[in-house]
This record gives sequence, C-alpha cells and structure tokens, in this order.
Amino acid sequence: MTETYADLIAAEDVLLFVNAAVTSTGQREFRSQAYQQRLSLDFLHEYVRVNYRTVYAASLALDINDHNAARVVEQLLRTAGEASGEQKRTEGRLIAARLARLPPQRVYRLFRALRAAKVGNRRTRAILRDWLAARPDLGHDAVKYRAGLKTAARHFHLPLTTAAGTDTDTGTGTGTATGGAPPAAGELGDFLFKPGVRPRYEHPLLDAYRRAHYEQGAVYELPFTVAEGFAARHGVARETFVERIAPRMTRLERLRTQREAGADGAGAAVRTDLSVMPLTRLALYALSLTTEERVRRRRELTGALRSAARRAAGPYAGTWGRVAAVLDDSYSASGSGVKRRRPLAVALGGHFLLEALAAPGAYGAWWTSGRTDPLLVRPYGPTPLGMRVIDALEYAPERLVVVSDGWDNAPPGLAGEVLRVWRTRLDRERRTSVVHLNPVYDADGFDVRRLAASVPTAGIRDAEDLPALVEIAQFAEGRTGLAELQAYLDRRIESFLRTYERSGAT
Amino acid sequence: MSGLDFTGLDTRPAQVWGGVRLVPLVREEPVPGLRLHREVYDRFGEVLVSPGVSYVSYIPHGLVADWSGEQPDTRPDTQSAAYGTQLDTARPTAMAVERHHRMVKRRPSKGKKGQPAGAVARCRFLPLHLAMEGYLALHFGGPAIAWQEWSREAVRQGLSPRSEAAYRGLDVPGLADALRVFEIHPDQCGVLVYVADALAAAFVVPHPDDYRALHPTLLQDMYGELIHQYGYFGRPVPDFEARLGDGRHITTLADLRAAAGARERAWSESHDTVMARELLGTSYAFERVRRMASFDMYRFLPPFRVDSDGQHIGELITDHKGRTAYLKTFRLAPAQIRRGHLLNSLAGDDWHLGRTADRLGTTPEEIVRRIRAAGFGSLLR
Repeated sequence: MTETYADLIAAEDVLLFVNAAVTSTGQREFRSQAYQQRLSLDFLHEYVRVNYRTVYAASLALDINDHNAARVVEQLLRTAGEASGEQKRTEGRLIAARLARLPPQRVYRLFRALRAAKVGNRRTRAILRDWLAARPDLGHDAVKYRAGLKTAARHFHLPLTTAAGTDTDTGTGTGTATGGAPPAAGELGDFLFKPGVRPRYEHPLLDAYRRAHYEQGAVYELPFTVAEGFAARHGVARETFVERIAPRMTRLERLRTQREAGADGAGAAVRTDLSVMPLTRLALYALSLTTEERVRRRRELTGALRSAARRAAGPYAGTWGRVAAVLDDSYSASGSGVKRRRPLAVALGGHFLLEALAAPGAYGAWWTSGRTDPLLVRPYGPTPLGMRVIDALEYAPERLVVVSDGWDNAPPGLAGEVLRVWRTRLDRERRTSVVHLNPVYDADGFDVRRLAASVPTAGIRDAEDLPALVEIAQFAEGRTGLAELQAYLDRRIESFLRTYERSGAT
Repeated sequence: MSGLDFTGLDTRPAQVWGGVRLVPLVREEPVPGLRLHREVYDRFGEVLVSPGVSYVSYIPHGLVADWSGEQPDTRPDTQSAAYGTQLDTARPTAMAVERHHRMVKRRPSKGKKGQPAGAVARCRFLPLHLAMEGYLALHFGGPAIAWQEWSREAVRQGLSPRSEAAYRGLDVPGLADALRVFEIHPDQCGVLVYVADALAAAFVVPHPDDYRALHPTLLQDMYGELIHQYGYFGRPVPDFEARLGDGRHITTLADLRAAAGARERAWSESHDTVMARELLGTSYAFERVRRMASFDMYRFLPPFRVDSDGQHIGELITDHKGRTAYLKTFRLAPAQIRRGHLLNSLAGDDWHLGRTADRLGTTPEEIVRRIRAAGFGSLLR
C-alpha cells in the first residue's frame, strides 16, 4: 500500500471533474435549472484548475464535451501565469489539438470570451493564429462567422492575409465547402472592416454575400444560416428556400430541416442519408419521430442505428461476451426543453452499441418501463431500477451496464441495495462486472448521481464514448490511486496528440 | 358510512423533492362508468345584487363528472380527458360563465344512441369549493335561541358573512417543482401530497387518463395556511430508502427478488397505517350532495377535535359499494379546526354560553374570549 490518503482523494476529485465535464453543458436539466448547473460547474473548474492543473489540461484529451473543452481552454489561457514552462508547452499542444476538433462557432465564442476577459498575450495570439491558419477557407468563415472573425482579428491583431491550405473537409460540414482558393490579400480585411469599398470581390463567397443583398439567386450560394436571413428579407417561401438551399447545408442542418422540406413524408425521394450519422444524433432523431412514423420506417431506422453502432464499436465489436443492459426510459429521461430526450437517446444509442459489443446473440436489454421494443420507447413512468437490475442479473451476464440518471424511485435506493447484496452475498467471485453510466450531471452533488458506493459510475454524453467511459469507470471504484490514473491519462494524451499531429503533418 | 374506503387503491413508493413528498395511488383497473374532465373558465362570474353592488367570483378551474359511459374519444390509445385550452371546437372546454357559479350544476350530456339528448349524465363542480362551502356553512344559521348575550344581527342573520382564507398551490414553495419532476405511474389514479411530512391533500380520480390530465391542477387547488408555512420553513424531507440488511438469508436471486418485493409491501403498509392514518382513520360527517346514477357525491367534515393532528374537509364520489372514485381534501389549519370546534360546541348546547362552558370545563368569560378570538366578536352583544 504505497498510496496515501491524499492520493485517493486526488483521484476521486479528478474523476469527479471528468464526470462533470463529460455530462454537463451548463444547460437546464430535468431536475436542475441552468444557473444551478453553471454555478456548480464553475466551481469545479476553478477547484480542479487550482489544485490539479496538469490533470485539468489533460482532460482536453478525454471525451469531455465541447462546452467544457472551450471552458478549459479559456481558463488555461487566462491563468497562464500559474503554469511552469514545461506545463505551458504541454498545454499548448493539447489546446491546439482540441481547438482543431472543436466546431468553429465554439472557437469563435471562445475568442469572444477571451476578449471579454482581456486576455491578449503572445501565447494566446500564437495559438489563435495557428488555428486560423489551419482553417480551410477564411472567406467562408468571414461570411458565416462574420462577427466572430471580426472580433478576433481586431482584438488579437491577427493577420487575415495568411489563410492557406485547400483542405476542405474539416469543421462543420462538407456541404458548405467552396473548395476555392483563399481570398486575395486585403480582400478579407476590406470585407470585414470596410464593406462597400470594393465594387466586387474575387472570392466567390464574399461576392455572393455582396450580391445576395439584391439578387435572389446569389442567396443559394451562401451557407444555410447566412442565407436564411437573406431569404427572409427577400420574402422567399420557406419550403422553396429549404429545398433549393439543401446542397449548401451541413449534415445536421439537413436533418433538422427535412421535415419542413417534406422529405419525411411517406414517399419522399430526397432524404438525408441516415447511415452516415453518428449514433447519438441518430437516436435523438429517431426519438423525435411519432410512434406511427417509427413503425413505418422501422427497417430504415433500425438498420441505420445498427450500422452506426457497429462503426462506433470498431475493433471491440463482439468482444464483450454476455452483456445485460438496464436502460432508463422513465419520465425523467425526457431531459429538459434545451436537452430534449437526451438521456433517453443515450440509452437508446447505448442499447444498439452494447448489442454490437456483445458476443452475437448474447445480449439482453431491460427498459425500466418493461417495454421490449427499443425503437418505440418514450419517456414515461417511474424508475423501478432495482427490480430491473434483478431481472438483468437473472440473465447471468459477464457485464451489466446500467444507463440511468440514478434517480431510482420505485422504491428509492433499491437498485443500490440489490447491487450491494449481489456483490457481497451472491457474486463474491466477481463473475459479473457492473458499470453505471449516467447522462445527467447532478449540480447539487458535484458529480453524476450514483446508485451505490460499490458500483463504478461514469458520466456519459454520447453513446459512442461508451467503451472508453467504461474503462474510466473502473477507476471510480475508489481503490485506484492517482499514479494509475495518471498513467492512464498519459496514455490517452499521447494517442490524442498523435492523432492530431499526424493528421496535421499530412 | 363514516370513513373513507380506499379499496382498490394501492400505495406505491413515494417520490420526494425538497420538502414535498408525493405518494402515488395506483388502481389495478379504473372505476367503470365515471370520468372526470377539466373545465377552464376564461371569465369571472358576476351577479348584480342591487344597483351598484355586484357579486363577483373567479374560479381557476372546474371539473366535469361524466357518468354516461360514453367515451370522449373512440381511439383507445389517445388521451381522452380534456385538458386546458384546446382548439377542437367540437367539445368546448372553455366556456363563458355569465351567471353566478353554482357549486354543482347539472349539465345536459350530448345525445347518444338509446338515450334522449339532454338527459343529465354530467355535472360540473368546482373542486374543493364544495368541501369549503360545507365548512363555511357550518352552523351558519347562528343561535337558535335568542339568549341575551347574542346580538340582534347574530340572531337575525346568523354567521353571515363568513370567510376563510387559503393559498393557491402555486404559492406553496416547492410544490410546483415537486409536481413537475414527479414521475406519474402508468396506472396512477391518485396522489397524497405531504409538505414537510404533513398530509396536505389527497386527490383521487376514477381513471389513469384523468389523472394524467388533472395532475397539474393540484397547483390551482387551495391549501391551508399551515401548508403554506411548512412549504416556506420546512426542511427537505428524507427518502424512505429500501434496505435489505446484511442479506444473510439471501442465497439466490429468487431470495433477492422476494426480499425486494417485501420492502415494497412494507412501505405500502407503513404508509397506510402511519402516514395516512389521520386521513383514513378518522370518522367523518358525510353529507350527500348529489346522486349520479350508481355514484354518490358527498362532502364531509371532520369531528373537529382540537387534540388531534391534522383534520381534513373534502369532497368525495363513491360507487355503489362505497369505494372511493373521486376524492379531494383540504387540510384545515389549527385555527380553522378551533373555530369548527367552537361552533360545534356552541351548537351542541343550543348556543347557551354557560352550559357550553360547563361542558368544556371552563368559564363563560373564557368562552366569550374564545368567540372574539375566533373572529366571531360581532355575534356578541
């Protein structure tokens, strides 16, 4: 026993932060308001940054969500004075790698936050300059994120002429890519800061933006979000607009608007190709449909979910042996107005992913409502987790995965008791490993809600991350110390940086 | 009939949010033949009493009891209870009330095959107002014998005007959140609301769909002053968590399942005998308000004993066997119980102060003080 008590606490703190950073987005949840989530999250960020700065930076390499990744970057850049030279170097690499993976609108929002915090040092400027330089087409950004780019350029004195590279498939989507050459020198500056000076622009998007003010045809050359405003100004009917702008939309925009475009109808020809969507997005989409539509499109939806799950499982497919899942479709899985049905979507995505991970034919799922058709789940009824866990244990699985927000209320606390007695009386040899994945951050507890102290719990936001999170959850049993966790983090950082730097090199 | 009959209603584990504990009541099968709908009033009622004087009343919502057996919607899976404002004009749920709101009012039902149109199979009533009216009308007539202590107005007009104050559910802190995050059971037909573990209200309906539609109306209901204060000052109440002990006797999964089931039954029993005792164990004075085919509508008053904890007034619809089909209760504040007790005692002794004082073991002066303290000072000369 070389671990000290302090080490154990440190490990616990770190896991606590990772859980929070994975699940919470500072938005309203079923049981807490947005301000409670933000307040709780702010505290955790500060606490971990001050006490465990290395780990705080390392969390960028984990599957924390974009909201928290942007916050971590902001905090690191704001408090550079607290870091040593060595730390700064690692942080810089991590930040660069993470920024490249963040959606551009988040990065521009981060620029604004840094400006509001009056951060404008050399290190920050260099990081932002590198990020901007790697953008495929600054002309596109100037049109779509006009205010963001303008603010950034002005505050950080960033040169706008050095846009380089013709790589078109990073960022939001393939639909908006123009594939054109970067704007000519000075053109971008004029576009942002002296509109109206030039009679026309060389760059097609900048010029389309200029023409769209009076020419309807030019609207359809612009990115969807920008075109929307012009279409409203020109009084274009929504259906016509959505139909014609379709090639310019990103994947998600197309999915979001396809009902307006009438593509969800029974015999519609144009429909977004569901087979390329990520698992959780797909689950959210399936859950947004009415029951009749889900029944009608059962084959298509199930096929898409299965293939997305197989993709997410990757090399792990079929390696988990006999798996039982207890999935929460109680009323609280409906999430909130801003995170609509998120917990249920995670459970649904998890269902298909676990099916792919389990050995063929060795998977069983138990929904809390007792429903057996996963495609028709809806958030309704109480959460009798305890009884469902017993049902699942009867299946004699090697792994038991519980996806639930942890509010076990019929009766309260039974699931924890069942798992405790199971572990201490019926399964002392640990034939079954139990993991609880929780999609909801409990603001009052500064952690995701646990079922029992003996059950490892991890936060989850996207069902795709499930295998990695199950790995992290093993540390949460309270017996692993900081050293082991640090080793794990180092491994993750290494592979994270390797992926980024290799893709940058090519 | 002296007590409430909860046959057919099973208690399920409570859900706690802050200081509010909600205990769901579940029916295995709904009560046949009776449905409740919600009626939303978008205007207030006004009656001209005399030139320049008018009686104005505003009622947040009403309920319509329908015992015609006709299904509002033929599709089985759609929600059939009408809720709030709706755009379907075929069955208007919002109606302008031009006249004075009567507490229970016959409503002609829509024509149905084999039944002449206009036969009365529905009635509209205002939740809790029926019960509250019963409490306000307690010995409303005033002294039956004009003893010299009573003023002339008391003898002539009785207790008129009489008033009681109550709080709306929305004003009870924490209740709105607790109702929002509550997870309704699929077969749920009722709920018991505890604020700081004091039973605030009981609400039972005949059909689960009605319950789903009427769940939010608990916010529009009246709650006594005590509940309002408990909502403010009560601390969060703990969950009654299931405990399986050290599990020494558990050797198989079947044992584990049996132990878990036993915990659920234990909760249900302890709730009915300990927490809901004051509601279920009291004998009430029932007054029948209406007959509705095989159903009877009552309002009831508690015995007004000053030494017991909580006393509830309420309204009730029972089926032909006396089982509860609809129930709504209001917990009286201690001052309201004392007032009821005082009026009951006075009426029991024909409003004679000396005899009342003897029976209560006190002096006539003390009785006079109590009458004044209860707000009935104007009755005395």
